Amino acid sequence: MPSDVPAISVEDLLLAFGSFVVMKDLTFDVESGEIFVIMGGSGSGKSTLLKHMIGLLRPSAGTVRLNGQDLWAMDEEERSAMLRETGILYQEDALWSTMTLAENVGLPLREHTQLTQSDIDRIVSLKLALVGLRGFESFYPHEISGGMQKRAALARAIALDPDVLFFDEPTSGLDPISSRRLDDLVLQLRDSLDTTIVVVSHDLESIFTIADRALYLDITTKTMTALGPPKELRRNPPNERVYHFLTRSLDDE
Amino acid sequence: MQVDTRYSDGTLIVRPTGDWTINRSLPDIQSVVVGAAPSSPVTAVAFDTSELDDWDSSLVTFLFETVEYGRTHDLEVQTDTLPPSLARLVSLSQAVPEQETKTEEQPSVLARIGHWGLNAYNEVFDFITFTGRVVRSLLGLLTTQVKMRWRTFGVSLQSSTASALPIVTIISLLVGLIIAFLGAVVLRRFGAEYYVSYLVSYGMLRELGALMTAIIMTGRTGAAFAAELGSMKVGEEIDALETFSISPIDFLVTPRVLAITLALPLLTLYADAIGIVGGMAVAVTMFNLTTTQFLTGLLEPVVLSDALVGIGKAVVYGSIIGLAGCMRGLQTGDDASAVGRATTSAVVTGIILIVLANAIIDWAAAVLQF
Repeated sequence: MPSDVPAISVEDLLLAFGSFVVMKDLTFDVESGEIFVIMGGSGSGKSTLLKHMIGLLRPSAGTVRLNGQDLWAMDEEERSAMLRETGILYQEDALWSTMTLAENVGLPLREHTQLTQSDIDRIVSLKLALVGLRGFESFYPHEISGGMQKRAALARAIALDPDVLFFDEPTSGLDPISSRRLDDLVLQLRDSLDTTIVVVSHDLESIFTIADRALYLDITTKTMTALGPPKELRRNPPNERVYHFLTRSLDDE
Repeated sequence: MQVDTRYSDGTLIVRPTGDWTINRSLPDIQSVVVGAAPSSPVTAVAFDTSELDDWDSSLVTFLFETVEYGRTHDLEVQTDTLPPSLARLVSLSQAVPEQETKTEEQPSVLARIGHWGLNAYNEVFDFITFTGRVVRSLLGLLTTQVKMRWRTFGVSLQSSTASALPIVTIISLLVGLIIAFLGAVVLRRFGAEYYVSYLVSYGMLRELGALMTAIIMTGRTGAAFAAELGSMKVGEEIDALETFSISPIDFLVTPRVLAITLALPLLTLYADAIGIVGGMAVAVTMFNLTTTQFLTGLLEPVVLSDALVGIGKAVVYGSIIGLAGCMRGLQTGDDASAVGRATTSAVVTGIILIVLANAIIDWAAAVLQF
């Protein structure tokens, strides 16, 4: 894959449910190896945009390209093969509650590789060690804390060595220290695995810590109104609402 | 995916070469070290990645295990001989020490029997306690200490009466047909087809109307109660009620138990009627009885107490369905599969208790000659 092709490229995307438009005119690229944050207020369509980027929802108009290939110009099999190169960390962890952590992380490996069970176990141990969960193989999701569940879900998301990782509000519901640890982990994984990471978030601390670039979805104008490094956007906000969002201030202040 | 080794001055130099991708089987460090068969004791392990091409988690796994092996075998593993990105991953994997893995002991057969016995005892005890709490809540209703939740009651009543009519109709019609067939075949041998109406109506009124309806409603409404309350338990909604000191029994259980206890006798009356109609259809069309013959054959021997026994049973069954469903719902654990288990055990508990109650009531009715 030539390196000048962006990891993800979104063009004139329209997000709509029937005749109800959530967001329109979205055009941006996510560069390979960057941490790209999609931010915006509640209900602005952040998660909906994410679902379009991972091919769970079909765009009402416009295109989404992964490594230069249009997700919806291919048949279902090609698309599912393409999506295997991505990993997703869901907002509610979505760990399978009746399986141990080792089985959770191992399932994608068992389904999509020819590895023997003992090799899978070895890789699973590594993935759990990478997220700081060594020795938790035989635990069930409900036996560990919320922060650990998040990290276990991250271990599952990186099980197949994805090129692109998607995080849907990874720090929601975590205490400040767990959030910070998760942010550090995200940065370390990006640096060592060279993965492209797309994060949906409205956690300012986390956005300023991890984001190379951030995209602001404006619920009032129903489109993107800012794109750039978050600190830069805070210094030179393109409009009032971006300023209020990034400084946690109210209109009348 | 290959690895060779060199030995120099107490240091084993491990050299992974070629492509290391996840779709091939992994070498393991123990056999690499043993295979190297060094002439003098090894004190350190270093890496040479000059011949390495593409790599992914499989190489990191190998390196991770090498570091672990080094720790248990008192070897110095020189991770600084790795390229920076690999060294970083290896150090990330070592950042948090290993958690002691929990060990589960297999209990002996005797211990398991003991557990089983205690469990059974606790189950009975729980059910009695739960029933007691609901009864106390009902007494509270009578003395107006507890508010009646009419909305919950109404919704439960609707879902356990009107919405249940189609399935009750089909099942009781078929049960009526089946008894008529059975009876006619046996009775014809004695030339007593005339009594088929007695068999159908006595069977439906006294036993099968209530029993079949109760079994249908256990699977339908009892399971629904358990699933509803179970999901609420998982979502911490029950805890939320308790923190406002609103009793989940008063708020959720009592209206449901009352609704199904009221609904079941009504449904049973309906099922009795439909079952008798089913039996009459068979008798008239296949056994050449007239409608009048069928009805007089029914009215002579069947007495009011037969119907009353059925209705009385239905009241008992209804309360069992409500109690078992709600109790299992509130006992739900805290993961997704727990709701499924709660629903299953609500149905199992309900049916067992209903059949047990049926036997006890029949026995009592026989003793009292009712």
